[in-house]
Order: sequence, then structure tokens, then C-alpha cells
Amino acid sequence: MEYTGAEIFVKSLLKQGADLIFGYPGGVVLPIYDELFKTPKLRHILVRHEQGAVHMADGFARASGKPGVALVTSGPGATNTVTGIATAYMDSIPIVVFTGQVPTALIGNDAFQEADIIGITRPCVKHSYLVRDVKDLASTIAEAFYIATTGRPGPVVVDLPKDVLLAKTKFEYPETVELRSYRPNTSANKRQIEKLAAALEEAKRPVLYVGGGMILTNAAAELKKLAHTIQAPVTMTLMGLGSFPSLDDLSLGMLGMHGTYRANMAVTHTDLIVALGARFDDRVTGKLDEFAPNAKVAHVDVDPTAISKNVPTHIPVVGDLKDAMKKLNAVIAESKVDWKAKHKPWLEQIDEWKHANKLEYVKKTNVIKPQFVVEEIDRVTGGDAIFTTEVGQNQMWAAQYLTLKRPRTFLTSGGLGTMGYGFPAAIGAQAAFPDKVVIDIAGDGSIQMNIQELGTAVQQRLPVIVAILNNGFLGMVRQWQQLFHGNRYAYTCMESQPDFVKLAEAYGALGIRATKPEEVGPALEQAIAARRPTIIDFVVDREENVYPMVPAGSPLNKMLLA
Amino acid sequence: MRHTISVLVENKFGVLARISGLFSGRGFNIESLSVAPTLDLTTSRMTIITRGDDAIIEQVIKQLNKLIDVIKVIDFSEEDFIERGIVLVKVNAEPSNRAEILRMTEIFRGKVVDVSAKTYTIEVTGAEAKVSAFVEMIKPLGIIEIARSGKIAMSRGKKTLG
Repeated sequence: MEYTGAEIFVKSLLKQGADLIFGYPGGVVLPIYDELFKTPKLRHILVRHEQGAVHMADGFARASGKPGVALVTSGPGATNTVTGIATAYMDSIPIVVFTGQVPTALIGNDAFQEADIIGITRPCVKHSYLVRDVKDLASTIAEAFYIATTGRPGPVVVDLPKDVLLAKTKFEYPETVELRSYRPNTSANKRQIEKLAAALEEAKRPVLYVGGGMILTNAAAELKKLAHTIQAPVTMTLMGLGSFPSLDDLSLGMLGMHGTYRANMAVTHTDLIVALGARFDDRVTGKLDEFAPNAKVAHVDVDPTAISKNVPTHIPVVGDLKDAMKKLNAVIAESKVDWKAKHKPWLEQIDEWKHANKLEYVKKTNVIKPQFVVEEIDRVTGGDAIFTTEVGQNQMWAAQYLTLKRPRTFLTSGGLGTMGYGFPAAIGAQAAFPDKVVIDIAGDGSIQMNIQELGTAVQQRLPVIVAILNNGFLGMVRQWQQLFHGNRYAYTCMESQPDFVKLAEAYGALGIRATKPEEVGPALEQAIAARRPTIIDFVVDREENVYPMVPAGSPLNKMLLA
Repeated sequence: MRHTISVLVENKFGVLARISGLFSGRGFNIESLSVAPTLDLTTSRMTIITRGDDAIIEQVIKQLNKLIDVIKVIDFSEEDFIERGIVLVKVNAEPSNRAEILRMTEIFRGKVVDVSAKTYTIEVTGAEAKVSAFVEMIKPLGIIEIARSGKIAMSRGKKTLG
């Protein structure tokens, strides 16, 4: 029996185990939408803007560990996905984005709603396909999911011309995918692992520096085992938060530009830094020549290009992080070292740093401090929630003050730093876990970048909570202007703001405002109890800054503490 | 340092754009590039001449390998290899300089591949140094037009790319 390309698309997704699409219809993808109409078990969430669809697919993927799927039409539908794709690319998130395309005969003719989306997205995809023949459609979809989810994960774009969706062929979905040009090396080399274990045995002041790879490979249990066995402190990148419990005695919290004092001091004084699924980003290292100046560097990563890219590496280990962690734990189990005794002086030194400069802010009774809102969110939820953030001060306060316990509970745009990410990502996470509490910690600037998705949340009855830390500024940029540009607040003040409570109500959501510290907790409790999309407008201290801060280009131990 | 890198790729839509985009996007330099299908028409062979210190070349090779359509990458610079390029040069052929043009062509083992009343077109093949030397020698005689190919390369002996 022969099927149309549109039918094959739907059948392939179901074969793939994908049962949820975030999408927006349009002319050239109508054949697919016609099939979706007939296939209720393939759920479709109608977004309000295609950027939202991709961030939702991304949030879904980060929260669930399964690949996210977005479907959009050609031309503007496709170009609107670019920021979402670049966001997923920078953070190595497995998503597959299907874009409609004008019929093959018209490609290159500047046809109505034509855009060369393969060309436009080339630098920010793991891979992409233009399907020119319906016979290739099923195998291309299988390859797209395979590539998106294996090795270092990432976004894959599949461009679907309308005539391919209408043409007919037999349906055969490949059971397995084998590509001669793509064989990610996932098995960590035993000898390199032994070298790493030997280096750990020798080190006096080791630090485990953990990135998003730990979450992507679901290796948090292995990390806990390693850290506890060898009694080594763990610092996490923004992307790594949640992979190690932040209240564990061995946790140093986040490192880098807005990292904790103890994490940045530990990294500056370490003699062995073990990078586990992290990539030495400039926001992490500060001034590169003075980063971990006395340390040997070991680096475990599935992507060989990440190794020695920014920092020369003494012990490279290429492979899947979970595999590497298991092998490392096995080698460590044979070790006769008394780890506790060996690391005692180092952990005492860290404890000293911990008490010398804690994360703190000046509490006030008449005005809400943004950090207090995050602390209250943490208290009220007991940490049992999925948090997303926008980008800027809100993101850094969330990273600093949430006491994350589990992986996949902190979703944030780390690499690209996409304002407008958090809200649609929260919707995607909520779609994956309808019963969980999902909270987007937002700023008043960021939330306005994808506020239209409130319509999506209301239509789908997804009870996402948006906690706006409303200071009426683009706060992080304002902070830089204050510290580095002589207090000249050029265009960082949004003098006209919507009334966020009325805005929520206009969309059919719940709107709450809190202006005093004692209203923060009750507002959150009300929102969680309501189980419907909610915006809470927390009117916060306008010129609060994020500290500690390592000015861009400075070494990590030169922190501004207040 | 100058490196000659051969890349075996899937002969698919857009592969050249992915490779050239990788070089421009990451700030790597391409001195020359050539590409054509191999005996197996599903693969193409590219030869890229690039420059950079060891760290940059290491990244170039890793990044090339990371592209999904790249099957194999070889950096020839650490081994004995053959490199060839071709140049076509159209020169003013006046009665006064024709003999000199032909002498130069002979010295470089080139060929006159086209002749008109006022011009000779000469073909020379060889490694980069030879082709460049020929162009330098012929320049004073009056080059009207020049077309140089990218380089192609191959290991000496038994070793192969794919």
C-alpha cells in the first residue's frame, strides 16, 4: 500500500515514539495538518509564535530527556524558529524541527513564503535535511532523530517541500540507523580513565567541574558516587545545576562570572580540575590565562572538539560521560587511597572560604528583594518543582538561590542566553509533566519577549507559573551600565510597562501582584494552589545587583562581592 | 604553518556549503579548495589548504570530523605526499617574446594549449611552489589572464584516504 508524504510523516513520528508536536500551521504544511486532524494520539500544541514552538520542544526535551518536536510552515514560519534552534544548539539539546518548504519545482524562485531555511540555520544545527523525494522521507526522519539524540545531542532541521508531502510511496521505517560518516565514539578509553584515576590519587586539591553533559547523559547518580567516594568538591556550570544536590556538603555551587566565592576560589587554587561534560565557556573561566593556573586539566566529553578548545588538556577522555563515570567509579573502587584523610586540608580550606563570603543580600521589610522571591519560591515548593529562567539577573539569582536537588529541574538558556526562553520552555516542561509545579523565574524585560504564549498555556490548561521579578529595568544590562559605564542607564528602563495582572486576566490566566515581602509567600501558595496559568508580578527593589561578580576579562578570584 | 588536508565526504546536497561555512564561521583560513567525486559516486574528495598553528589545525580537523557528512579526514602535512595544482596562463605573444615564453614553458614542462595571433595560453601543473615559480617567471612577459585551480593531494606509497 502507498501513502502520501504527509501520512508517512505522521506514521514515522509515531514509530519514533514521539507523541507530542509543538507547532503552527501554514500553507505548505496543510497536508500534514490534515493528517494530524485524523490522528488524535499524536498530540499537537498550537503555539502563538514559532519561536515559542521551538523553545517548548526544547523545554520538553530538557525536562523529559526525550527529543522535542516542532513543526512550522515555510518562509516566516521557518525563519521564526532560528533563535530557538540556536538556543538548543548552544546547549546541546535534542530537538527535531520540521519546516515546510515550497514545492521542489519552485525552490530558488523567490516563491511566496520561501526561505532557504537550510542555508539560514546551517551554522546552528547539528545537521539538516532537505527532503527532495518522498522515498527518502521515512529514513530521513529516522536519521534526524538518531542524530539529534546520539553523541553530543543537538537540533536537526528537516525541510519538507509541499509536493513531497503529497507524493506517494510505500512506508518502511528503518528499525536501526547506521551512517558510515557518523559514528559517535561513546565508549571511554579504559587507559585514559586509569590515567584520570591516577591523577585523582595524586592530587591534593581536586575539583570536579560539572557541566550540562552530566544532565544530558543522566549520570547524576554516578557523579554522587564519585564525589562521595573520593571526597572531592563539586562545582557546576549554569548548565550543570541540578546534577549534584546544592545542599550537599561537597557542593561548591556554581562557578564563573556570578559563581560563589568558594567555587571560584577553589578553582583558582585547585591542582587538578576534572571537567565532566563542561566546555570551559568564557563566562566560566574568566580571564583564560589565569584560570586554574596551578591545575592539571582532565576533560571528559563526548565531543572531541570541546577538548583543548579553550584550555590545554593533560588528560583527555573522549566518550559518553555516563560510560566514563561508571568506568571511573569502577577503577576508583579498587583504589587504596584514604581519600578522606588526603582531602581533609583541602576541604577545610574550602569550608573557610564558604564561611568567609556567603551568598547574601541585605534583607528589607518595606521592599521585596528579588533574591528573597527566589528563596521563597525555593521554600514554598520545597525544591520539588521544575524551574525555568529567562536571561539576565533573574537567571543568575535563580541559579544562586534555588537549592536544586535533582537533574532536569533547572532549564535555562546558558550558551546563547536567549531572553524569552523561559516561559515557552516552562510550557514544554509542563506538557511533559502535567502534574508537576513548573515555575518560570522571569524578568519584566524577558517575559515580554514571548508573552504571547500565555494564550498557548491557557488553551492547553497548562498551569505554568510565571514569577516576574519586576524592577522596571533590563536589570543585568543596567547593572553593567552602573558598574562599567558610569551609571549611564542608556535605554535600559522600560518606562511603559503593561499591567501584568490585567494582562494575565486578558488572556484568561490568573494575575497576582505582590509589593511587600510578606505578600511573596502567600502569592506563591495561591498560584500553586490555583493549578492554572498564573503570572505573579513581584514588584522588587529596582537597582539590586547580582553579586558576586567577576568583571568580564578578569580572573575568577577577582570578584566584586558587593 | 601550511597544511594540506583531504576530506572524504558524502556526495550530498549542501556538503560544500557546510564545509566552507565551518571555515568562515570559526575564523579558519582557506587558501585553496578543490572538490570532485571519487570512483564511488556517492562520495566526493575535497582537498583544503589551510594555515594555522597546531592548536588551530587540531580544531580544524576535529570540527571537520564533527560534520555529519564527513567520512574521513587526513592531514598530509606530517607525511610524504604528492600535491598538484594546475594553472592556465594567457600571455601576450609578440614576435619579440614568443621564444622566451616557449622556453619558460619547456623549463616548467608546461604545454601551449591554445594559440591565437596575439596570445599563447599555457598550462602548467605541479606543486604549489612550481606553479607559483612559473607564474613569477612569465609575469614580466605580459600575463593577460590567469586561472589557477585548487590543489589536490594524495599519499605516496600504499596508504589511501578511503
